[in-house]
Amino acid sequence: MTSLAPTPQVIEKAELWLRMYRQMLAIRFFENQVNELYTRALMPGLAHLYIGEEAVAVGVCETLERTDYITSTHRGHGHCLAKGASPDLMFAELLGKKAGYCKGKGGSMHIADPATGNLGANAIVCGSAGIATGAAFSAKRLANGRVSVCFIGEGALGQGVLYEVMNLAELFKLPVIYVCENNLYSEYTHFSETTAGDILARATAFGLHAASVDGQNVRAVYEHAQILVERARRGAGPGFLLCNTYRYHGHHVGDINREYYRSRREEQTWKTERDPIANFAKWLIEQKVATVKELDELSARVETEMKKAVEFAMATPYPSPDEVAEDVYA
Amino acid sequence: MPEMSVTTDQREITFAQAIREALAEEMRRDPTVCILGEDVAEAGTPFKVLAGLLEEFGKDRVLDTPISEAGFTGLAVGAAMTGMRPIVDIMFGDFITLTMDQMVNQAAKVHYMSGGHWKAPMVMRTTLGATRRSAAQHSQSLHAWFCHVPGLKVILPSTPYDAKGLLKTAIRDDNPVVFFEDKMMYKLKGHVPAADYTLPLGVADVKREGEDITLVATSSMVQVALGAAAMLEEIGISAEVVDPRTLWPLDENTLIQSARKTSRAIVLDEGYERYGVTAEIASLIAAGAFYDLDAPVKRMGAMHVPIPFSPPLEDMTVPTEQTVFEAARKMCGR
Repeated sequence: MTSLAPTPQVIEKAELWLRMYRQMLAIRFFENQVNELYTRALMPGLAHLYIGEEAVAVGVCETLERTDYITSTHRGHGHCLAKGASPDLMFAELLGKKAGYCKGKGGSMHIADPATGNLGANAIVCGSAGIATGAAFSAKRLANGRVSVCFIGEGALGQGVLYEVMNLAELFKLPVIYVCENNLYSEYTHFSETTAGDILARATAFGLHAASVDGQNVRAVYEHAQILVERARRGAGPGFLLCNTYRYHGHHVGDINREYYRSRREEQTWKTERDPIANFAKWLIEQKVATVKELDELSARVETEMKKAVEFAMATPYPSPDEVAEDVYA
Repeated sequence: MPEMSVTTDQREITFAQAIREALAEEMRRDPTVCILGEDVAEAGTPFKVLAGLLEEFGKDRVLDTPISEAGFTGLAVGAAMTGMRPIVDIMFGDFITLTMDQMVNQAAKVHYMSGGHWKAPMVMRTTLGATRRSAAQHSQSLHAWFCHVPGLKVILPSTPYDAKGLLKTAIRDDNPVVFFEDKMMYKLKGHVPAADYTLPLGVADVKREGEDITLVATSSMVQVALGAAAMLEEIGISAEVVDPRTLWPLDENTLIQSARKTSRAIVLDEGYERYGVTAEIASLIAAGAFYDLDAPVKRMGAMHVPIPFSPPLEDMTVPTEQTVFEAARKMCGR
């Protein structure tokens, strides 16, 4: 049975769904540009692409206010964009330029943006769990109504500090949500080789409200995150959201030959059957939220925007030498 | 030092009381200051330094934590970045090893990595010092570890007066500051004015003036140096005792000028001598006072062994008044 017109619920949320679709496209095209910059040797350092995981960052961040806090990971471009960062200033940071979010001193793995509550990406696996929990501590003490979201990968499940702060968060009833992106691989090792027992049980053992969700379904992520964020905001305590997702590319851009740890067939299956953007587009069209043409036009606009952002970053200058010793101390 | 009204205020309090006063005054002054740590609330720490703070400020501001040094230090970093001024209490300096990622990779770097956008105004209070018969995991002086890291400030007070004034400054500082207290010093009494005061970081203090040799000493070693100086005086050697008080920022000029004046210097610090604070300061003096020195700068720190439990062995591992006296006498050719 096919519906002839969108349901009232869909109409009510159409604007939200389209914004989420646009944000996912922004991340996809942003990362495509990063991949190109990196492979053309125009970008220094390391680049860990978020392609394939877009629904997680977007689904979660759409439930947050601009003043709410997030912490991010080495695979953090998606979180930054979803929280509202501007692509041109992000590309500038990725290229080490002065105009970048951190004046070029942070780079891809350390983008931070106070204006959007982004406490920073972190290159230590699980390195930001304490920070995110502390931001929630402030929010509670200062009674400013904010919540804090700690994005971590499943690799962070191996770090003891995560269990220390989850214990603290529950004891202090802090408004923090740990969002665990299980993209199946901790660098080059399948998570099943490094993760004993049940992941959710690790959070529920401390009393956290925990849920598991298909991380390729942005609406499902959004709905689950909304419940945890709402609970946290009203003082009911911390949450844990396990998002099952997949990393299309390697651990970093240079990780090309991956067959020793995962098959091409596996990658192909996720890309063709479980792509979060393609599947959401299909749903938007089915629900008559948008037409194929409208989505294509949106896609072209976003892609052009990303190309312009790269042009800005390429043209803007590096920091001057005298800036090397600035900002060591506040 | 600021002027003190000596005639009207001769109040003497202990080092522990000075710390407690600094904390209480800053907590009254600024509602974002809070204390986190193991047994800090009802117990007031095993050293009773914090006794009474829970009663005045309540459990929202004096928080007992689980035994999770990394966890609550990390929490403090995030709280500091978002509007609080947390003070974490690390009961024994040996336990700072558990906080290293939070302090070194997170707190110390967040200001720089974010291009100056975020800052982490927090204080870590912890202890140092051997000779308490506490063996290898409760006796180390590991402050040099933090001195090595850009973005951190490191304070080592040696008197109740310095402890209070420097701790108040540390709490108001916008950077992560590590404050080391010698646990053998908590009962040491000294003059502390009742009136509000702070002391600047990066300003050394000459604890005793002298002409023949400079003893640069930190924290626990200041009392040792003063004792040795009294012994030296009896044989006609005039020793100057200079306390840097803060290891970063470091008042290089005062240390160098003292060595230039006396022409001899011994650097004393309870941390391990190898690759330690004494090496850094000795090298600064060697370079800065080169043409005025009559002898190579000597270093005296902890022996390069884990601190042993057995009292006669433990006492061998750190400089004493006697060993400093002997070294200074020899350097002065007596």
